[in-house]
Amino acid sequence: MLSIGLGHYLTLAAIIFTIGVVGIFLNRKNVIVILMSIELILLAVNINLVAFSIFINDLSGQIFTLFILTVAAAEAAIGLAIIVVYFRNSDTIRVEEIKNLKG
Amino acid sequence: MIAHSVFFYIFSLIAIVSAVMVTVSKNTVHSVFFLILDFISISCLFIMIGAEFLGMIMLIVYVGAVAVLFLFVVMMLNVAEQKGQWFSSRWDGGTHIPIGLLVSLIIFFELIIVIGGWKYKPDLLNSLSINISTDVTNTRSIGNVLYTDYIHLFQISGMILLVAMIGAIVLTYRERAGVKRQSYVKQISRERNEGVDLVEAEKNKGVKIDA
Repeated sequence: MLSIGLGHYLTLAAIIFTIGVVGIFLNRKNVIVILMSIELILLAVNINLVAFSIFINDLSGQIFTLFILTVAAAEAAIGLAIIVVYFRNSDTIRVEEIKNLKG
Repeated sequence: MIAHSVFFYIFSLIAIVSAVMVTVSKNTVHSVFFLILDFISISCLFIMIGAEFLGMIMLIVYVGAVAVLFLFVVMMLNVAEQKGQWFSSRWDGGTHIPIGLLVSLIIFFELIIVIGGWKYKPDLLNSLSINISTDVTNTRSIGNVLYTDYIHLFQISGMILLVAMIGAIVLTYRERAGVKRQSYVKQISRERNEGVDLVEAEKNKGVKIDA
C-alpha cells in the first residue's frame, strides 16, 4: 500500500477512463462537456503509457504519449470548430436538441 | 518513499475528484477549470514518476492551449449557464441514466480485473530496444530517439497539426457582408481611361459626381 507500483497508476488511469466514459454516456448538457470527457479518456491512456514506460524501462511509451498529445490537440481544435459552426447555424449545442441525424 | 506515496495519493485524489467535477458541474466554465486542475495534477504525477518532459509538455499544451481554447469557445458561445439539472432527462424519460451507469460500472470492473490478474511475460524485458538510461536527462533521451528513430512519425504528426489548423480555419471562416477591404488587384489594374473622366462643366451648375 505504501510503495507505489505500476498497479496504482493503472488503477488511477482506469478510474479516470471510466469517469470520462460516464461523462459521455450521461451528459445531456452540451457538446463541449462531451469533448472534455474525450480529453479525460485520452489523459487516462497517457497515464497508462507513461506508467508502463517507466516501470518497464522503455522509452517508446513516452514517445507515443507525445504523439497522442499531438492528435488530442488537433482533435480538440477540429471539434471546437465544428461546435462553433453548429452553434452559428442552429443556435444551440444542447445534446438533446441536436437530432438532425435522427439518431 | 513515504513522501512519494503520500504525494501520489494526494495528486491522484485531486485528479479523480476534479475529473468527477468536470462531468458533474452545472456550469461549463467550472468544468473547464476542473479540467485544467485535472491536467495539472496528472502532470505533477508525471514529473514525480520521472517523465519530466511529458509533464511539462502536458502543462504547456493542455493547460496553456487546449483548456484555454475550451474556455474561449465556452465564453464565445454563451452557453456557460445551463438551466436545469445535471443530466436532464426530457429526451428519453431518464432511462439512459441507470443503463449508462451500469455499463460504466461493468467497464470499470473489467479494467480492474485485467489490472489485478496481470503479470509480465518473463522475456518481455529483453525484447525491448530503447532503454531509459539513468545518466542522461529525460528530455535529452526523448530527443535522441524522437529525431532519429521516430522522425517519420514526428513529421506525420506535424502534418496532422497542419491539416487540423487548416480544417479549423476553413470550418469557421465566413464571408461577412458590409466589410470594406482593400483590393490590391483592383487598385493596381486601374487605368487612366476609367479613372479619369473629362467633363464639360456647365456654368453656374457644376458637375454631378456619382460616387
